[in-house]
Amino acid sequence: MPNSQAIAPPIAEPTEGAHGVHPPYLRHHFNSVEQQADAANFAMWLFLVTEVMFFGGLFTSYLIYRNWYFPAFVAGSHQLNVVWGTLNTLVLILSSFTMAMGVWCAETRRKNGLVLCLSLTFLLGLGFLGIKSIEYAEKIEKHHVPGLHYSLSSFLDPDSDAAASAAGDKPLALDMARHTEIYFSLYFAMTGMHALHMIVGIGVLGFMILRARAGAYTAGHVTFVENFGLYWHFVDIVWIYLFALLYLISRH
Amino acid sequence: MSEHTHTIVGPRVYVVILFALLAGTALTVWASFVDLGFWNPIIALAIASTKAVLVLLYFMQVRYSTNLTKLAIISGIFLFLTLVSMTLTDYMSRAWGSW
Repeated sequence: MPNSQAIAPPIAEPTEGAHGVHPPYLRHHFNSVEQQADAANFAMWLFLVTEVMFFGGLFTSYLIYRNWYFPAFVAGSHQLNVVWGTLNTLVLILSSFTMAMGVWCAETRRKNGLVLCLSLTFLLGLGFLGIKSIEYAEKIEKHHVPGLHYSLSSFLDPDSDAAASAAGDKPLALDMARHTEIYFSLYFAMTGMHALHMIVGIGVLGFMILRARAGAYTAGHVTFVENFGLYWHFVDIVWIYLFALLYLISRH
Repeated sequence: MSEHTHTIVGPRVYVVILFALLAGTALTVWASFVDLGFWNPIIALAIASTKAVLVLLYFMQVRYSTNLTKLAIISGIFLFLTLVSMTLTDYMSRAWGSW
């Protein structure tokens, strides 16, 4: 039928108000539950693409500065603790797993399972931030936070610094040593922006746990849980790249 | 359209992906301590990208989503890579050899 778009779909005769013939969560501007779910999924992905662009800008500046001031970035990277970084990667991957299981619980209407999975995700998220704060505290102690109190001693005199001497760092010239501040600026900007996303996510998780206990997501309408899952996994992917770029590639 | 049936991915798939991601993390940490020179960052990014693709396809269920969503994601990644390579082309050719 060439003109098939012009034919309106048949509208069911409402018997006891419109909500008698479709689920109450189906918005009236959608034809079907499937269409509504697909639209919400697509919209969430459009948002995540803007997030890719946002983090992409930070990654690109890291790439450029690392090429420019390579010795400074290697020395800066040696100040990070791979053990904490690896532990945090494991915590975040595990939290992505519990979140994925949470989505499955919502889809299969397992209320207790959903509350358990969301709570585990919540705790693992807090664990990640806890480990991150230990790392930040180390940076503050060693005056590696960019600003007035930034200290160059780890880079001008690596033998005075346990992490630098363990990595076998050579002393940097003064101008190159100063560029380690750019490394730490990007380190704090990138991990801080990532941590901010974690904090937002943990807040939403708290809200979702309360709603899930009331049975909100286990009655067929799982869009909110699914879309939050996408957000949480996206934050996980950002960390996978941050871990590789900040901690690992200058290690050997 | 058959793609409109909502696929539910089960725990078995998620457990397999979890262990693949943990193995990838162990591998990339080990590889970072081996001196491979020029190849170190490439291998680290290759492993990270493999992990990211696993998360995308299974945890984020892209494999089972609509073609519209797949197209949006591919366009996003393509646009990001285009912007990065154009920016790097500019920066790397501007002060050629004088870094």
